[in-house]
Amino acid sequence: MIQFEHVCKRYGKTTILENLSFTIPDGQFVVLIGPSGCGKTTTMKMINRLLEPDGGKVLIDGKDAASMDKVELRRHIGYVIQQIGLFPNMTVAQNICVVPRLLKYDKERCDQIVHDLLEMVEMPYEKYAGKYPNELSGGQQQRIGVLRALAASPPVVLMDEPFGALDPMTREVLQDEVKKLQQKLNKTIVFVTHDMGEALKLADTILFMNGGRIEQMASPEKMLENPASDLVRSFLGKHAPGGAVSAKIETFMRPNAYRVRKDRGVLECAEMMARNSVDTLLVTDEADHYLGVVTIRGIKLWGKGLPNIETLIVQTPHTARIGDEAKESVDYLLESGDDYVVVLNANDTIAGIVTKTSVAKSVATTLWGDER
Amino acid sequence: MSAFFASYGSMLAQAVVIHVLYVLVSVAIGFVLGLTLGVLLSRVPQWSGVLIPIVSIFQTIPGLVFIGVLFIWIGMQPATVIIALSIYAMFPVLKNTYTGILGVEPKYVEAAKGCGMSPFQTLWQVELPLAMPTIIAGLRMAAIYTVSWTVLAAMIGLGGLGNFVYQGVSSNNNTLIIAGAIPAAILAIVIGALIDLLQKKVTPRGMRREVGK
Repeated sequence: MIQFEHVCKRYGKTTILENLSFTIPDGQFVVLIGPSGCGKTTTMKMINRLLEPDGGKVLIDGKDAASMDKVELRRHIGYVIQQIGLFPNMTVAQNICVVPRLLKYDKERCDQIVHDLLEMVEMPYEKYAGKYPNELSGGQQQRIGVLRALAASPPVVLMDEPFGALDPMTREVLQDEVKKLQQKLNKTIVFVTHDMGEALKLADTILFMNGGRIEQMASPEKMLENPASDLVRSFLGKHAPGGAVSAKIETFMRPNAYRVRKDRGVLECAEMMARNSVDTLLVTDEADHYLGVVTIRGIKLWGKGLPNIETLIVQTPHTARIGDEAKESVDYLLESGDDYVVVLNANDTIAGIVTKTSVAKSVATTLWGDER
Repeated sequence: MSAFFASYGSMLAQAVVIHVLYVLVSVAIGFVLGLTLGVLLSRVPQWSGVLIPIVSIFQTIPGLVFIGVLFIWIGMQPATVIIALSIYAMFPVLKNTYTGILGVEPKYVEAAKGCGMSPFQTLWQVELPLAMPTIIAGLRMAAIYTVSWTVLAAMIGLGGLGNFVYQGVSSNNNTLIIAGAIPAAILAIVIGALIDLLQKKVTPRGMRREVGK
């Protein structure tokens, strides 16, 4: 268990951390996140005493970190840095065994550790143990960086933006691996990042910092549900449901619906439906005001011999207006089984329609970015 | 040619041996001194602004002057030559050790600290190995310079290949000058090559690419 009690840190006159108190229970994956300069890295480095607090205490399993031997403490806390920092003068095996060697494990035990760990990340011992860091890809190097931190089975591992320098694909894979390792080995991980996606994916608890203070400490679920401030919400950004996302009907609408005037012939309409593979047309009057719809079913049943479609027009039970909240129409779509909702402008002309497909497309765009 | 070797052969061999001994002993002492001082200086980089210029000033004092002063002070004995040469051999090693250690990227030092290495372990297992290519480059410079500076030993009558050069100059005998100069040149080349070999041997494969810098 890691506890911060009223921790302060200043550099000259600048206050980096201000009366910071929180507790990290064992086995938790805690992600520190916040705008740059918020003190997240400073906070993390106080756990293994790379930095010392100016006031307050850091307790590790109830003991004041300041009272422990610095070097000894660090040997029992894994540490992964963004720049990877594998020692280029050592092989993969030697790099992994840095801490075990410092702890004077015998050679066989070190070998066993290298075997086990390499196996865990599916890098065959025979192929990789003797390689030097510059003979590995960036992703492989950081895998070894993580293994180096895990080698002496420390209960706590600190990770300082470990995947920041990797390409998105590799980052994704390593995130999965680290999460798996954490759950399997039941480690306490303190992880610094500025990527909210990463935080939401990995964290049991997200500690959102700003200006040296805790803005919000909550599980990803809680944070998404109930962001404590606008800053947190803006960080959650595209990951947040509702909130920052516009929920107006026009977000989900597609403007190009097939429409006809009410004086058009029945066969002409049937042909237009066939040509465009639709079963419904929106009908307007001469001034483009919306009147209702004609369906292929209506034409089939009653359309014979009629001069135009005017008598076939049916009203739709639900229409929406530009500027309405989307929720009502989306709920209607999902519950009624209807295929569309017509959206009207303020002057009763047709603005577009909302269909299940257009809703899905728009949600996808909001979640994963604009791909058009 | 054969007449030359008949009359000077054993003298030349003896001069080469003495020369090599001077070089080896003073480079060894200079290396240890330079390495130690360089490491110490790298612990207090804030002092280097003062100390490095002082070291550079010392380095610019001509070897001849230095040997002369030591000669007056200590007298005509091998110690005079060895002290002077050791100090000169020390400078390049000191400078390169210092710059080599400061040139180690901070990420490695941070990783070493974070892994729980003590300051000494960080120095021994990380900083020195990573600075080694630069340090050995300093050693190479020191050794090659020392080969030529050792010629000065003859100035105070202490032998080595310089004897030939001085005798040749004073008796206007070009053969003697060349007999001193050529072995000295060969010695410098051989020592340089040996150190290059050493460099290759001690550089781990993982760092070979960086050596080229």
